[in-house]
Amino acid sequence: MKIIKSSLSLLVVLLFAAVAQAQNVAGESSFGQTMRSNGRIYVVIAVMTTILVGLFLYLIRLDKKVSKLEKEA
Amino acid sequence: MTRKKNMISRWWWKILCIVLLLFTFIKGLLVKIPNLPALEETSRNLFFHVAMWMAMMSLFTVSLVNAIRYLRTFNLKYDIYARQYAVVGIVFGMLGYATGAIWMSYTWADPNNPLFQSFGALAREPKLIGAAIALLIYFAYLVLRDSIHDMDKRARISAVYNIFAYAMLFPSIWIVPRLLPSLHPGQEGNPAMNFNDVSPEMRLVELPAFIGWTLLGVWITTLKIRMSLWKEKRLTA
Repeated sequence: MKIIKSSLSLLVVLLFAAVAQAQNVAGESSFGQTMRSNGRIYVVIAVMTTILVGLFLYLIRLDKKVSKLEKEA
Repeated sequence: MTRKKNMISRWWWKILCIVLLLFTFIKGLLVKIPNLPALEETSRNLFFHVAMWMAMMSLFTVSLVNAIRYLRTFNLKYDIYARQYAVVGIVFGMLGYATGAIWMSYTWADPNNPLFQSFGALAREPKLIGAAIALLIYFAYLVLRDSIHDMDKRARISAVYNIFAYAMLFPSIWIVPRLLPSLHPGQEGNPAMNFNDVSPEMRLVELPAFIGWTLLGVWITTLKIRMSLWKEKRLTA
């Protein structure tokens, strides 16, 4: 179950990257345009948000693990 | 139904923390900021660097409250609370220090003078020294607390020391740096909290940032507290 979950989330990330890449080749999709505007600041936002979301997922998992331990004891 | 209600009552502030921090990270980079000389785009650090210190002060305050609660009730639970809040407060303080070091390298340091050579002048900043003293006092709190084996003695001594450490926080980060000339803002009050110094657009991000980072600190601390309470329970069982 855990393996499925983690591989699924990895797949989503890779898919997102692939989509971004594909649009890079195709040229002018609206998403790609947005990402490249304003000195490509949106790319930085995407990176920072990804890191933040990753940290939050980790924190939520830790929280749930501790809850489980508390229930066992 | 009751389980769902329980979930919401336990998780609402964690969700609030996630939402506020996501807002901070996205809006914090996009919001229009006044273009000030030397600072330029780095004013955005207000949402990150200053927020670290806000979170640290809030966590230290909660730690103090729990130390006093321990001294009033002698319930060892509060001793654990006080210690964990202090530890996470120190982590935020160190992050504040590290981010401040980066920020100052590109705003205070003379661009015609290598950073290494202007370090001597920068290291004399009263705010830096004051913050270092405050953090060192809290380090000493951990050393003191964890070096006593007797549980009740440890709790009592460290609770008293915690009050002393908090009392030292005032002169070292709020009073003394304001009496001395400094490059660091905050000479004449609280620049981040002053309505005239922060543009309204920035204020819109600033308060969510402060609250979000503080909630993140509290979240991490509750995890640490629950873990040490669980450990304690297992040891006594």
